[in-house]
Amino acid sequence: MPFTPHTDDDIQSMLAAIGANTIDDLFDEIPADLCCGPLAHVPERASEMQISRIMHQRAEQDGQPLNFAGAGAYEHHIPAAVWQITTRGEFYSAYTPYQAEASQGTLQVIYEYQTMLCGLTGMDVSNASLYDGATALAEAVLMAVRGNRKSKSKVVLLPDTVHPLYREVTQAICATQGLVFKALPMDGETGQIKRSALNDFAGEDITALIIPQPNFFGRFEVVDKLTDWAHDNGALAIAVVNPLALAVTKSPGTWGQKGVDITCGEGQPLGSPLSSGGPYFGFMACKQALVRQLPGRIVGRTVDLDDKPGFALTLQAREQHIRRSKATSNICTNQGLLVTAATIHMAILGPEGLAQVARASMANTKQLVAALTRLPGVEQVFDAAGFHEAVLRVPGDAQALLDRLGDAGIVGGVALGRWFPDLADCILVCATETKIEQDIQQYADTLATLIQSDIDTGVQPAVAYA
Amino acid sequence: MSEAPDNLKYAESHEWVQVDDGVATIGISDHAQDALGDLVFVEVPEVGATFDAGDAAAVVESVKAASDVYSPVSGEVIAVNEALADAPELINDEPYGEGWIMRIRMTDDDELDNLMDAEAYAARVTDD
Repeated sequence: MPFTPHTDDDIQSMLAAIGANTIDDLFDEIPADLCCGPLAHVPERASEMQISRIMHQRAEQDGQPLNFAGAGAYEHHIPAAVWQITTRGEFYSAYTPYQAEASQGTLQVIYEYQTMLCGLTGMDVSNASLYDGATALAEAVLMAVRGNRKSKSKVVLLPDTVHPLYREVTQAICATQGLVFKALPMDGETGQIKRSALNDFAGEDITALIIPQPNFFGRFEVVDKLTDWAHDNGALAIAVVNPLALAVTKSPGTWGQKGVDITCGEGQPLGSPLSSGGPYFGFMACKQALVRQLPGRIVGRTVDLDDKPGFALTLQAREQHIRRSKATSNICTNQGLLVTAATIHMAILGPEGLAQVARASMANTKQLVAALTRLPGVEQVFDAAGFHEAVLRVPGDAQALLDRLGDAGIVGGVALGRWFPDLADCILVCATETKIEQDIQQYADTLATLIQSDIDTGVQPAVAYA
Repeated sequence: MSEAPDNLKYAESHEWVQVDDGVATIGISDHAQDALGDLVFVEVPEVGATFDAGDAAAVVESVKAASDVYSPVSGEVIAVNEALADAPELINDEPYGEGWIMRIRMTDDDELDNLMDAEAYAARVTDD
């Protein structure tokens, strides 16, 4: 059964009515050299049965490992009610609707989501979500460039402690917009932004400063000072945060004297399963003064003619269906279902539940670090306080060690050498609230066995137990 | 029927200009504000910004549309109407008075010759 409603005759008669011969004629204004032509690398179609078989095989490859990797995507317990409710027919749409298609219930879910996000971030306004954390940061940077009208330089300070993939995505998206990204180096002792790094830029025309909290290594940055530095130097401050950490740390709206201008981040920790890397959703919130530069949908609460409460999309003049090429973004139909799940997840856990998850994750990571650093040659690298991730130096080839742990059913973390040559012998580990003491012991025992066998076989020199 | 005072010059894109000692005060016409409907937001340029004639210099946003306001003349912005931030409806109420948008120190007086007088503009609007 075809899933497209038009027959060939329908298509021909529609083309004839507008005086076109083929569907391709509708796109003839696109220069030929910009058209990609047939997609040779996309395989032929497959039946549902074939696809189902492939997907099952892929899922089996993942197995059910004991997972201690984070690095931007985190394994958290999601109450069964979250997706039970989210997948009800009334909610079941992947995208954030236009007004005409939106039910009051859908609009209210988005409104509640925005309200919760504003509560977590301490900002005035939230949009209805973006694609993911990395693209949310790119949108936040573009927004800051539009919003900081005093600054002409389009220079954005991008610390090396921001997630390396976020840095790549942000620079790729902004590449054609005349922005200049300048890196802020990290402090090798603390894993934070180097304190002296900002001195090089004082007095220059800086458009925005990006502040990660916690940063890629799980370390807490000195956010108050960084935010004040941005404002003292005429720059907007952009926070890129883990929303779960906000349940137990200062919200970006209260950083420094004035609070940050824009907060963004990855929403996955709020009800999205790891799911082989996606789909997730990005979030973004800002101060009232910047609301007209905010991309994406915004739902407002209002009253109808009879004074009954109702919900409506608002400030739509920012958006592409009105503002066309000058819209704040082309974001419109994005991650509605994941936002619905996040809203229900936050509603079920409540502020105290979220804080408990955050505290349990911090405690488990601390326990994991303690258990692993008892092993010979394993040490914690940074001394600054952190959230639920930590960098460990391990003996030998870090990736090879992770591969051997993988063979034993343990995802032991993420090797950092790919992005940080100075940390080539280091891994980033995370133990969320889902890990119990035996899990941590299993990781420690397995790693101990691997290291001992290396020492026994002479692959590694013997190191005294710490 | 919209008003178009005789002492002003008008652009094709519905801005008006009043020149006083080399400084052009610029707003949008009565016809333009009427077509846009109730204004909810006005984005004025930064003082010190420079524009060529025809550049987008400001944005007026109504409940149903957002439109660029083009500078009819070249020059530097020396003043903007700060009152519009809290009261965009000034443009609806008094498009030729309290609803002015910006003042530009002109660099080329000859550009005024490219603009319409009230009579021509009134005829242009009637054609719409």
